[in-house]
Amino acid sequence: MTRIVLGLVAALLFALPLRAGVAVEEVTSPGGIRAWLVAEPEIPFVALEIGFRGGSSLDPGGARGAVRLMVGLLEEGAGERDARAFAEAREALAAEFGFDVDADSVTVSARFLTENRDEATALLRDALTAPRFDAEAIERVRGQVAASIRADSQDPGTLAYWALLAAAFGSDPYGSSDTGSAESLAALTRDDLVAAHGAALARDRVHVAAVGDITGPELGRLLDDLLGGLPATGAPLPGPAAVALAPGITVQPFAGPQSAVVFGQPGIDKDDPDFLVAFVVNEVMGQGARFGTRLMAALREERGLTYGVDTSLYAFDRGALIVGGFQTANGRAAEAVAVLRTEWARIATAGLTAEELAAIKTYATGEYPLRFDGNGRIAANLLAMQLDGRPADYILHRNGLVEAITLEEANRVAARLYDPAALRIVVVGEPAGVVTGPLPPLP
Amino acid sequence: MAMAMIRALALVAAALLAGGAGAEPVTTFRLDNGLEGVVIEDHRAPVVVHMVWYRVGSADETAGRSGLAHFLEHLMFKGTATRAPGEFSALVDANGGSDNAFTSWDYTGYIQRIAADRLELMMTLEADRMTNLRLPEAEVLTERDVVLEERAQNTESRPGALMAEQMRAAMFLNHRYGVPNIGWRHEIAALTAADAEAFYRAHYAPDNAILIVAGDVTAAAVEALARRHYGGIAARDLPPRERAQDPPPIAERRVILRDPRVAQPYLSRWYLAPVRRPGEQAEAAALVVLAEILGGTGATSVLGRALEFDGKVAIGTSASYDATGVDSGLFAIGVIPAAGVEVAAAEAALDAALDRFLTGGIDPEHFARIRMQVRAAEVFARDNVQGRARRWGEALTAGLSVADVEGWPAALQAVTPEAVMAAARTVLDRRRSVTGWLLAPAAGQAGEAGK
Repeated sequence: MTRIVLGLVAALLFALPLRAGVAVEEVTSPGGIRAWLVAEPEIPFVALEIGFRGGSSLDPGGARGAVRLMVGLLEEGAGERDARAFAEAREALAAEFGFDVDADSVTVSARFLTENRDEATALLRDALTAPRFDAEAIERVRGQVAASIRADSQDPGTLAYWALLAAAFGSDPYGSSDTGSAESLAALTRDDLVAAHGAALARDRVHVAAVGDITGPELGRLLDDLLGGLPATGAPLPGPAAVALAPGITVQPFAGPQSAVVFGQPGIDKDDPDFLVAFVVNEVMGQGARFGTRLMAALREERGLTYGVDTSLYAFDRGALIVGGFQTANGRAAEAVAVLRTEWARIATAGLTAEELAAIKTYATGEYPLRFDGNGRIAANLLAMQLDGRPADYILHRNGLVEAITLEEANRVAARLYDPAALRIVVVGEPAGVVTGPLPPLP
Repeated sequence: MAMAMIRALALVAAALLAGGAGAEPVTTFRLDNGLEGVVIEDHRAPVVVHMVWYRVGSADETAGRSGLAHFLEHLMFKGTATRAPGEFSALVDANGGSDNAFTSWDYTGYIQRIAADRLELMMTLEADRMTNLRLPEAEVLTERDVVLEERAQNTESRPGALMAEQMRAAMFLNHRYGVPNIGWRHEIAALTAADAEAFYRAHYAPDNAILIVAGDVTAAAVEALARRHYGGIAARDLPPRERAQDPPPIAERRVILRDPRVAQPYLSRWYLAPVRRPGEQAEAAALVVLAEILGGTGATSVLGRALEFDGKVAIGTSASYDATGVDSGLFAIGVIPAAGVEVAAAEAALDAALDRFLTGGIDPEHFARIRMQVRAAEVFARDNVQGRARRWGEALTAGLSVADVEGWPAALQAVTPEAVMAAARTVLDRRRSVTGWLLAPAAGQAGEAGK
C-alpha cells in the first residue's frame, strides 16, 4: 500500500515525458539508395547499420544454414584479400565490422574513423559485394558453426526454445535454428553459399541508418560506393508462416539441477493496429525481466522460484508469437508452472488496474528516449524501426501514442493477447510433477 | 555457442583497449564525509547514469560466509526505514529508468540510467539505502532462494562455469579470490539476515563509497546535489581493507572436469598476473596489448594463426586480461579444439606457439596495427558514457587515483614491443598457471548421463 501511494506521488512529480530529440534526416544517394541519417559531428567516427530484409528465411529448402554460413564468411576473404589480409587491412584502419543474421534480416554494423572513412568503406564494400568463399575459409567457419550446434544440443534453454518454435512453425525456417542441423550444415556447398549471397544481399531490400560525423551528401556518395555493386534484386521473400501451436505441456528429459521452461502462444503482428498497446501491456506482464513485472513479482520476488522470468512479443515479419522463459529448481517446477498459468489467466480476464497502466506509461515514455543515447545505439534503433516498417518521425509521435492508451483499450488487448487455454509449455529438465500432455486443471 | 563465446571475448578485448578517460571533461570532488564524486559530462542526449560503488566485494567476506557481498546486493532492493520492499525499483521504473547492481570480488555497485532531470530522485533513493536499510526476515529467506536459483542457472547449469570455479579455487592458495563470487551453495544456503546486516554495517558508508554521475549534467550541479543528499550521512572511519595474500606461485596446477553436458570440450589456461598499481601502470598496459597480440582477431593473432589457420587444431582461440583489481589479476587463454583433436594435442600446440612467440618476438606490423586500434578505441569509447563511468568505478574501487585513470590511455599508447615481451616472459610461466580441461565423460564412464 505504502509502495503504491509513494509511487503515485513520484509519478506526479516526474511525469513530464522526456522528448527524444533525435532529428532524423532522410537521405537518398545519387544512385537511389535511401538512408536515415543523424549528423553528430562531436566524435570523429560514424556508426553505420545496414539491414537486408529476408535473413535466414531465404535458406532454400534443402540448404538450411546457408545464409548464416554465408554471413559468417563475408569477412573471411574478399576481393583481392584472403582472410588474413582482410583482417590485417581492417585492423590497420581500426575499423570495426559486425555481420549478423536472424530469421528476418541480415544486418551489418560498422564503425569507422572519419580520418580513414574512404578506405574503410572500400574494405567493407569488398566484404559485401565480393566475398571469396575460399575453400579453406568455408571449412574453418563450418567447423565453428558445427561446434555451436553441438553446444546448443546440450543447453536446456536452447533446446526448450527450439522445441517451442518447431511446434509453432513446423518446417518453416522460423521453426528451426538458422545454423542448420549437423547434417544440413555438412551438406552445404560453395554453390549454396554463392546462391545465398545473391539471394540475401540485394539493393531491393536494403535499409540504412548512419549516425555520426558525416553529412547527407557525404553519406549518399558513401552508400553508392558501398552498395552500388550489389545486384538490384534478390530472392523473393517467402509468404506468411502458419502458426499452428497446439496448447499443452511437453517435457523433454535432461539431467541437471534445474528445469528450463519456455512457453508461448500465438502472438500479434507488428503491423496490427493493437501492436503498441500489446507491447505496453506486455511490459506490465514480463518484458525484459524487470523487477515489478507481474511474472517477476509472482515467481521471483514473492516465491523465490527463479532468478529471472520474461515474456516478449515475437513479431516476426511473417508470423507472430508471444514467448517467455525461466529456469527453476526441478523440485519446484510444478509450482512455478502453475503460478505462470495463473498469472496468464489473471491478466487475460481481469486486465490491468488503472494504477498499473499509469505506472507503465511513465515507465514506457521515460525508457524510450534512453534508447537514443550514443551514436551506435541510435543507429541500431533507427535500423530496427525501418525493419519494423515505422516512419522516421515515429520517434516524435511514439510517446504520445503510449500516453493515449486507455484502460479499456489495454484490457481489450490483454484479453485478446493472453489466452490461458492456448498456452504451450516446454520443459527441459527433470521437473517433479510436470508431465507431457494437455494443460491440467489449475489447483 | 562456441562462436558466440569467441565473439564475446573479442568484444571484451576491444573494450579493454579503451582507457576511457576520453577527451571530454571529467571532474572529481570529495565531500567532508569522505564520499568521492566523479562527474563525466556528455551532453549529446538528455540522459544520466547514476552509480554508487562501494569498496567491498566478495573477497572481503570472512571464511564460511561466501556469497554474502552478493546476497547483500540483492537485499539492498528490499526496503529501508521509509521505503517498502521493491519500492526502489518501482520508483525508478515509474520514472522510465532502468536500475541494476553488480558484485565482483573487489567492488559492489548500484546503477540507474534515467532521464537527466530525474537525477535528484536517484540520489534521494540511493542515499537512503546507504544508511537506512531494513531486512525483514521473510524477504531475506525468499531472496536467498532467488540467489540459489541464480547460482543453479549461471553456474551449476553450465559446465564451463563450474570449471572456471574449480580453476579459481586451484589458482588462489590463500586469497579469497579463490572463492566464487556468488558463493558456494552450502554457504549461501546458511546465510542469515543477521549476517547481511553485519556486513552492511561494516562496509556501507560514505567514506567507503564512490559516486559516479555521467551524462547530461554539469559538475557544479552534481556536486551541489551530492552534498544535499549524501553529505548528511556520517563518515564511519572504516578500517582499511585487509586481505590474506597468496605466497609466490611455485607449481603449475591442473583441473579436469568431466560432465555429461559437455558437447564441445575446451582448454583454458590461466596465469596469475599483476594489475595496475597507483603510479605504476606500465606492466599492466603491456599485458593488455599482449592479450590483443595473442588472442585478438583469429586471422591475425599469434594463437589464431598458429592453432586455427596454420595448425588447424582449433576452431577458436582467445586471450584476455583484466588490468584492474585490488590484489592481482588473471591472464586467461582459451582454446576450442577442432573436431577430432584431443584437448592434450591442442594444449601441446598452444605451448609450442607460446614458446615460439617468447623466442621469436612481435611482428612489427602487427604491433603497429594494434597501436592504431588502441588510439581508435579511445574515440569509440567516447560514444558509450556508461562504459566510461564503469571504468572509473572499477579503477577507483581498486585503489587507483584520478591521475591513474586519466593517465591510463597514455600508458596504453606508451607500450613498446620490448615491454610486451618482458611482461610476457614474466607472466607466461607455467609455475604461475592453472590449466583446465573441460571434457565429456570418457567412454564407459557415462556418469549422470547414463541415468
